[in-house]
Order: sequence, then structure tokens, then C-alpha cells
Amino acid sequence: MSDAVMTRREWLLTDRPQSRLQARLGRAYLTWSRFAANKLAVIGLGIIILLLFVAAFAPLLSPYSPYIGDLKNARLLPPSSTNWLGTDDQGRDILSRLIYGSRLTLQVIVLVAIIAAPIGLLVGTAAGYAGGWIDAVLMRITDIFLAFPKLVLALAFVAALGPGIENAIIAIALTSWPPYARIARAETLTVRNSDYIAAVKLMGASPMRIVLRHIMPLCISSLIVRVTLDMAGIILTAAGLGFLGLGAQPPLPEWGAMIASGRRFILDQWWVAAAPGAAILIVSLGFNLLGDGLRDALDTRSGGQ
Amino acid sequence: MSTADTQTPARRANKRASAILKAIASFVVIVGTTYLGLLAVTFFIGRVVPIDPVLAIVGDRAPAHVVERTREEMGFNLPYYHQFYLYVKGVLSGDFGTSVLTTNPVMADIRRVFPATMELATVGTIIGAALGIPLGVLAAVKRGSLADQIVRIIGLIGYSVPIFWLGLLALLVFYARLGWTAGPGRIDVVFEYTFTPITGFFLLDAVLNRDRAAFKDIFAHIILPASLLGYFSLAYISRMTRSFMLNELSQEYIVAARAKGLSETRIIWGHALRNAAVPLVTVIALSYAGLLEGSVLTETVFAWPGLGLYITNSLQNADMNAVLGGTIVIGSVFIALNLLSDLLYRLLDPRTRIR
Repeated sequence: MSDAVMTRREWLLTDRPQSRLQARLGRAYLTWSRFAANKLAVIGLGIIILLLFVAAFAPLLSPYSPYIGDLKNARLLPPSSTNWLGTDDQGRDILSRLIYGSRLTLQVIVLVAIIAAPIGLLVGTAAGYAGGWIDAVLMRITDIFLAFPKLVLALAFVAALGPGIENAIIAIALTSWPPYARIARAETLTVRNSDYIAAVKLMGASPMRIVLRHIMPLCISSLIVRVTLDMAGIILTAAGLGFLGLGAQPPLPEWGAMIASGRRFILDQWWVAAAPGAAILIVSLGFNLLGDGLRDALDTRSGGQ
Repeated sequence: MSTADTQTPARRANKRASAILKAIASFVVIVGTTYLGLLAVTFFIGRVVPIDPVLAIVGDRAPAHVVERTREEMGFNLPYYHQFYLYVKGVLSGDFGTSVLTTNPVMADIRRVFPATMELATVGTIIGAALGIPLGVLAAVKRGSLADQIVRIIGLIGYSVPIFWLGLLALLVFYARLGWTAGPGRIDVVFEYTFTPITGFFLLDAVLNRDRAAFKDIFAHIILPASLLGYFSLAYISRMTRSFMLNELSQEYIVAARAKGLSETRIIWGHALRNAAVPLVTVIALSYAGLLEGSVLTETVFAWPGLGLYITNSLQNADMNAVLGGTIVIGSVFIALNLLSDLLYRLLDPRTRIR
């Protein structure tokens, strides 16, 4: 038994892989074992997998409806065996609302990442590859956006666009792309003069093709790390907007908005506001732990300080 | 190097002067474009948004000629670049328009509320630096130990917790249940007529007035929100201190100091931390800027009458002049702090000096 495991490990770590697949699997195995050695990172990964699971199976997992409560008998009940986390002022089960709220949280972070990361990637690689005045102008714009207070600017955007979860997502995305552009540019600068790029160029590839097919893929891993580390900030900003009444609107079970509605009862029915805040804390902690672990595992250069 | 040696002193001085001029020029360009960018974004938010500012004032049932005349009076019939020019001119002379909510000029409102925010952020930064630097040093010196792990977890939670939620819980525990601190607000109503603000920084004002009772009350009010902000700056400062210290402790001069037989305390606090202090100044300046922003949510929870509360109140009433005025002020302070930290870095670190 242990013999077979040993050989499998040897097969993965061989110096002379027989196929491309073997080489890729070997590299993935190395990254994974570096990652798995970090216990906190594994906990973070567990939290995120749990979040995905809960969001996917929300209707099956939640014991009650997240929208319709029992106004007559079940207002502001403390945590009990029937309502594990108690009920809110409209008699709705808080646990069920938290479970459905995970979908909104995921929606926010996925959409922000899908909007902001490509913008940053495009701006950064274009600036880095083109150089000259294009680089100067694009990076000046990036730095201008970097110098802004993110939350306040997002607030102003949402105030102008009108409250709502879509506008909150747009506002957060508009304020979170600059770091990605900086990272993508830095990565581009390190590879743009390398031999393989020169080789592709000699074969007659257009700049477009070089950037899209040969530079962008190399930026992806450091970008993923940064996006993961930013997820916590995105969740907190979205929750802050929700708390101020500018994000998701009632009756959507957005966690920040749930804290805002529980605020009135904080002195006597503290669990109404406490539970959604704890959910936000756990999920953003998960992303921070995962991001730290990914950075150490994917980045072999900085020796994991 | 050899070419530099053959240059005459006059030519070298000339070269240095032109390098300094160049640095100043690039500095001006950076400040100018950043500020112009900020104004362009706020202008865009204020003008190109769905809400028609003219209709917002005259109402949607006003006759067409009234709408047209108001539009002309407000300059909205001009092309955008001309409007932007007028806007920049207005902002630069301190004119952010009038608040619909308070009917005061926005600038006057901001002048009234801003000291409260500054005071909160200042006390918060002091708390954050006073605790964050020692914790970061400890974590770096005992790298990999339990203490290091604990500091790391404290920091990670600081990065992950929603500040408004922590504020609510802190109010619940320390004010409502334990009664250790005062509740929301900045000062008790009892002092409303006896206390005369001088600088707008109430703690300082109480000292200047020699008003012991007021000082105690103000302190009881500020300690909770300031500690909360301080926790966030602690998370950032301790993490950065740790990484700067690790960097310094691996340098050769530390080995030399050890070889000379200096005590560890002297090496850590006297040698390593002193060298880490230069980048730390930058970090503290940036964390101060972060706290100004964090105050938007904190002030809402603690009913702290500062710029953050002013912005959120204006948001709820769609008072765009006030919102954008507040955004510009916070943005300007952000830009200024970014540049200040950059300048300080250059002043404190002789390697970055222009020769």
C-alpha cells in the first residue's frame, strides 16, 4: 500500500515527466502540498467551500422561508432549538435569511471580480507592453484612482446611481480595478523582453495576440492572489453600503442590511444584529486566510514572509 | 562615476539644481493631475447622473420656461468642458454649492463638522500606533512563536470584521451592559451651554478651558469609537511593522551590533526599529487616511457629529452637493497624506535624496 503511494508521489515529482499532463500534475501537486502545509489557509479554503455549498443548496438547507415570517407568534424570538439563531422583527428565521444571504454575498464578489479584474488586466498589460506615452497616461489614470478613498467614492457613485445591489456592484468594481492594473503591468514588464516573447514576435504574432495569448496568462496567478485578498474588502464594502441602506434593498437578506435592521433592537434582542455580522466576519476571514495561503503557495520567489 | 569626477563643481551644482527642479515639476504634475482627476470624477457623478439637478430644484411640475431659465442661470446650458471649468474654479475657491438639507453653504457645514472627524481619527491613530508598533516588533522578534501567531490572528480579524457591527457590539457591551463608557455622541447635553469650543478638538478645548468634568465626559465619549478605529489601524500597522522589522533584523549591521556585544533590547529598539521607522511613517500616514474613510461608518454607529455622519445624512436625503463636497474634502486629505508620506520618506531616508 505505502509502496504504491510512494511511487505515485515519485511519478508526480519526477525530473523527467513523460507527458505534459504529468508535468502539470506534478506542479499542481507541489503547489497543493505547499498550500496544505499552512493550516490556517486550509481552514480558509474550508470556509469558502462551505460558503459555496450553502449558497448552492440554500433552498434545501434553510428550515424556513427567508422572506415570509410568522408576524403573530414569532417576532424577535431568542435563539432556540426551533430557530437556531432566533427570529427578526418580522418573525423571519435569521438562519434562513443568512443562508439565502450567502447567495447575495457570492453574487457581489463574483461580479465585482468579473468586472474589475479584466479591466485591470487589460489596462496593466496594455500599459506594460506598449510602454512610452500610452504607459504614462494609463498609469497616471490608475494612480489617480488609487489615490481616491474607495468607500467614500463608492458611496458617492451609489448615491448618484440610486441604491440597489447592481449599482453597489458597479460602484465597488469601478473603485477596485487600479491595484490589478499595477500588478498586471509589473508582471508584463518582467516578461516583455524575454526570449520567448521575441520568438513569438519573430514568428509574426501581432501585439494583440502577444498580449492576449502570451502575457496575460502569466499575470493570472498573481492576479488571483490579489483578487482573493481583496474579496474580504469587497464583502466589507458591500456590507457597509448595505448597512447605510444603499446596497441591497429590503426584503433581500443582505447581511449588511440585516445588521442595519437589527440595530434598533441591539440593546434587548442583540442576536438580530450579531448573527449577520458574525457571518460577514467568518466569510471575509476565510478569504483573507485563503489569500494569504495562496500567496505563499503560488509565489515561490518571496520565501513566504 | 569617472565622468562625475571630471565635472567642475559649478556643473555639478547645475545638474543638481535641474534634478531638483525636475523633481518639483513632476511633483506638481502628480498633484495637479490627481486633484483634477478627483474633480473630474465628482463632476461626472454630479452632472451626468440620472437625477436632473435643475428639476431637483424647480420640481417636475414647473413650466418649461422656468426650467429653461433656471438651467441657464445655473450654467447647465453650457457645454460640458465649460461647465467643468466653472466647477473647478468654484471648488478651488472653496465653493461646493449649497446644501439642500441644511441650506448652508456646504463649505461652512464641512468646516463645522470636520474637526470632530479629525479628532476621532487622530486619537484612533495614536491608539493604533502605540499598540501596533510594539506588537509588530514582538511578532518579528519571536517569529513563528505563539505570540507571532496571536498577533497575526488579531490583525487578520481586524482586516475581516465589519467595523459598524463591531461598533454596535462594543456599544452594547461597554456602554449598555457594563456602563464603562459614555454612549453615542461627542459630549453630554449637560455641557452643551457651559462648554465653549475653541479649536473644535474637544479634548484639547477642555484642557484649554481647564474644565476637568468636561474633559472626563469627552474622554468617555471618544474612547470607544477611537479604540475601534485604533483596532483597524493596529491591524495594518502591526502587520507592516512585523515585515519591516523582519527585513531589518536580517541585515548585516544587526550581526555587527550583536558581535559588538550590544544588548538585544538595544539592537531591536535602538537599531532595527530606528531603521524601520522611515517606512513606518508612511504606513502611519496611510492608516490615518484610512481612518478618515472608516469614520464614515463608525460615525454613523456612534452618532459622532463629524464629516462621515454628515455625508451619510446627506446621502439619505439625496443632497448631492453635500455628498460630493464631503467626497472632495476626504479625497483631498487622502491625496495630501499620500504626498506627505512620500515627502517624509524622501526627507527621512538619505538614500532617496537628490545629489
